[in-house]
Amino acid sequence: MLLVLGRRLANVVPTMLAVVALVFLLFSVLPGSFISGMNEDGRSTIDPAVMERMRKEMGLDDPLLERFAKYVGHTAMGDLGTSFRTREPVTKMLSTRIWPSLKLVLAAMTFAILVGVTLGFLAALRPGSWIDTASMVGAISGLSLSQFWFGLMLMYLFALKLQWLPSFGYGDGGLRHIILPAVALGVGPMALLARTTRAAVLDVLNADFVRTARSKGMSERRVVEWHVLRNALVLVITIVGLQFGSLMGQAVVVEKLFAWPGVGSLMVDSVFQRDMPTVQGCILMIVLFFLAINTLVDLAYVVIDPRIRYR
Amino acid sequence: MRKLAWLAAAIAVVGAGAAEAQQTPRKGGTIRMTAPYAASFGSLDPHSTPRAQDDIVNKAIHRTLYNWDTAAGKLVLELAKSVSASADGLTYTYKLRDDAYFHNGRKMTADDLIYSYTRLMDGSKGYPGARYARLIKGAVDVEKGQAKEISGLKKIDDFTLEMTITDRVDPGYYFFAGSTAILPKEEVEKGNFASAPVGLGPFKFKEHIPGSRVVTERFDKFYKPGKPYLDRLDVMIMAEAAARDVAFRNKEIDTSILGPAQYVAYRADPQLSKGILEVAEMFTRAMTMNHESIKPFQDKRVRQAIAYAIDADLIIKRLVKDKAYRATSWLPPASAAFDKTVKPYPFDPEKAKKLLAEAGYPNGFEFELTTSQNESWGLPIVEAIIPMLAKVGIKLKPKLVEVTVLTEIAMKGDHQAYIGSNLTGPDSLATLRCYYSKTPRTACNYTGFKNPAFDKLLDDAAQEGDMAKRDDLLKKANNLLYDEAPVWFFNYNKAVMAYQPWVHGLQANPTEITHQYPEDIWVDASSPAK
Repeated sequence: MLLVLGRRLANVVPTMLAVVALVFLLFSVLPGSFISGMNEDGRSTIDPAVMERMRKEMGLDDPLLERFAKYVGHTAMGDLGTSFRTREPVTKMLSTRIWPSLKLVLAAMTFAILVGVTLGFLAALRPGSWIDTASMVGAISGLSLSQFWFGLMLMYLFALKLQWLPSFGYGDGGLRHIILPAVALGVGPMALLARTTRAAVLDVLNADFVRTARSKGMSERRVVEWHVLRNALVLVITIVGLQFGSLMGQAVVVEKLFAWPGVGSLMVDSVFQRDMPTVQGCILMIVLFFLAINTLVDLAYVVIDPRIRYR
Repeated sequence: MRKLAWLAAAIAVVGAGAAEAQQTPRKGGTIRMTAPYAASFGSLDPHSTPRAQDDIVNKAIHRTLYNWDTAAGKLVLELAKSVSASADGLTYTYKLRDDAYFHNGRKMTADDLIYSYTRLMDGSKGYPGARYARLIKGAVDVEKGQAKEISGLKKIDDFTLEMTITDRVDPGYYFFAGSTAILPKEEVEKGNFASAPVGLGPFKFKEHIPGSRVVTERFDKFYKPGKPYLDRLDVMIMAEAAARDVAFRNKEIDTSILGPAQYVAYRADPQLSKGILEVAEMFTRAMTMNHESIKPFQDKRVRQAIAYAIDADLIIKRLVKDKAYRATSWLPPASAAFDKTVKPYPFDPEKAKKLLAEAGYPNGFEFELTTSQNESWGLPIVEAIIPMLAKVGIKLKPKLVEVTVLTEIAMKGDHQAYIGSNLTGPDSLATLRCYYSKTPRTACNYTGFKNPAFDKLLDDAAQEGDMAKRDDLLKKANNLLYDEAPVWFFNYNKAVMAYQPWVHGLQANPTEITHQYPEDIWVDASSPAK
């Protein structure tokens, strides 16, 4: 277990370095700058002398390599720099965004697992039944839905028509405000999990060891609980891990639509305004989250299936 | 006819506002306004930001020396009771309010103005408001680090400030921008001002959830007696128009900014149409031609031909859904130098062909038009223009870029033409200087337009001390631009704000409709927000 953890952590540093270099390079060749972004669709103007001062203040006139070296050095010390836009430390900005993002991702994944795995399991146990057909139609629909459109439909139905839930915003951070964005974000993973679970369970149900268990007279319930569920879980956990890890990055659309104050909405705003330190900070946060979840998934494999060992 | 119609509509809006003003405002309640331009605020330190989005909140928390009076259509003193100007028009003596308090309980004095304007000129920082404070004599010395104090600012006593400026302009245009707000030194120097802003405005800061909302509460010691009426003002960040629409219909927000699609739907709805506030904002949408990169653009007849060849009225009606006013020239209708008698170029392709032939381009020519995806002045408009110009022989190649990049392209001159939105007020002189031959490209002369007659009109206007005469000169300059057509004048933005029936006291502010005067707003008892 410790070996797995150690190897995983050893991979984090080069991965992060590669991501930092890639983002830095991309932003340095991207047209437009933070200062031109202040124009705000022609709503604001900024004069050349101020632009020059801003470029100097923010070190934008320094050579690219020098800026990159400084950035890597500061990042290694935990300093993600200062936002061009707010002039606040990026770490401070991220600290206010990470908890809402985590809450949203956790809620979305909880919804996806509860609904998706249950539907997939039920569908696999009764292949060809109405529940199988209905859940697979739902799964395919969920995979093909646009988050933006689906979110709007949820707003329309549950906020405007039924008046059950607020349509947008963080409110007090409670359950009422998180339900709609979580469902909008979780519908894709839910659909994928339903299909994956169904396939995995069907696969295990036809395996030799299940037939053996049944022929030994083991009850169907015990077969499912002891043999099918545990073996099918490996594939399901892989999908959960991948989806969970990438969900923070995917939350951009949903966060913007529901005015949810997470890392995703901060990132998209910062991209449009070319606030490079903040974009880099957001991407680092999302990548770190992805790597952390994947490490946890790797560890979970070892717990669930003792045959899995890393050498 | 069209112009008369919208002028009548504007008068009707003002009339409705006047009738409403006769009602007795109710004290208390909460208003939930929206910030529609981005998914977050840049900064709550007004000196750090020139953004319209941030000024929505800053209008509630902070105050500037001048303010825009929507009813009067001009700039008025806000933090001073009176002002007198010297004979040469360069020294202004302000009698400041002696009843303005910061939210920390301290009374504002002349020292606070001096501190705030000096802070803007900190040479190590790129404070956007420096462009305005640079008007004060000696401000540039502070910016360059050659002085610590601005020599043009002199405290006569706690409530009298003498300001010497370097140019014969109305300082009101310079010191009404949110980025020149007056701040308390002791609060700024605590180091967390952007997280805990303290100002002179009618509402004091209570809470900021980045990316979600700002909450403010009534400031009881605000200097306007009996105001503000509201107990609380929330500004909700809502960048998605479709989401705003649902939230507004669900009565979760009290005001919303409408895009063209929502504008059509709201106008058609018997209930929603009762709560629509419209104004011609000081933004001119235009296709800017780079006279230095494309030879045909140097010929006035070619530029006029483009104006005649495009059916702007049709585009505004069909594509912009009437959410714009047809532009005649560079200055917007709310400008004092706007000439209401001038009519826009009519749609006349035959005349366009004739002009092109006279200019030596009977078979037309080709140029590249850089555009963003904006629905009111971007790619959809360009796509409509392409066949219109093709009919007179002009081939147009669109080049799509992100809106952030447009300004940079314009400043560098990396364009043959681009279509965009331009801030064109309220200072008519500064606005028209974008066509002054000595104005560098980086400072907004994106056309490279050169016209000695125009330059002279602007020089004369700058020297003219009588503001009425100055406006006449600027009107002539603006009309000259109309004739020269250095750009294709497309439209003036029709800003549209939807408001709930319980909201009163909103103003059709042409400088930016989202910048309301929160002390004048009140909600009646039917408001669901308690």
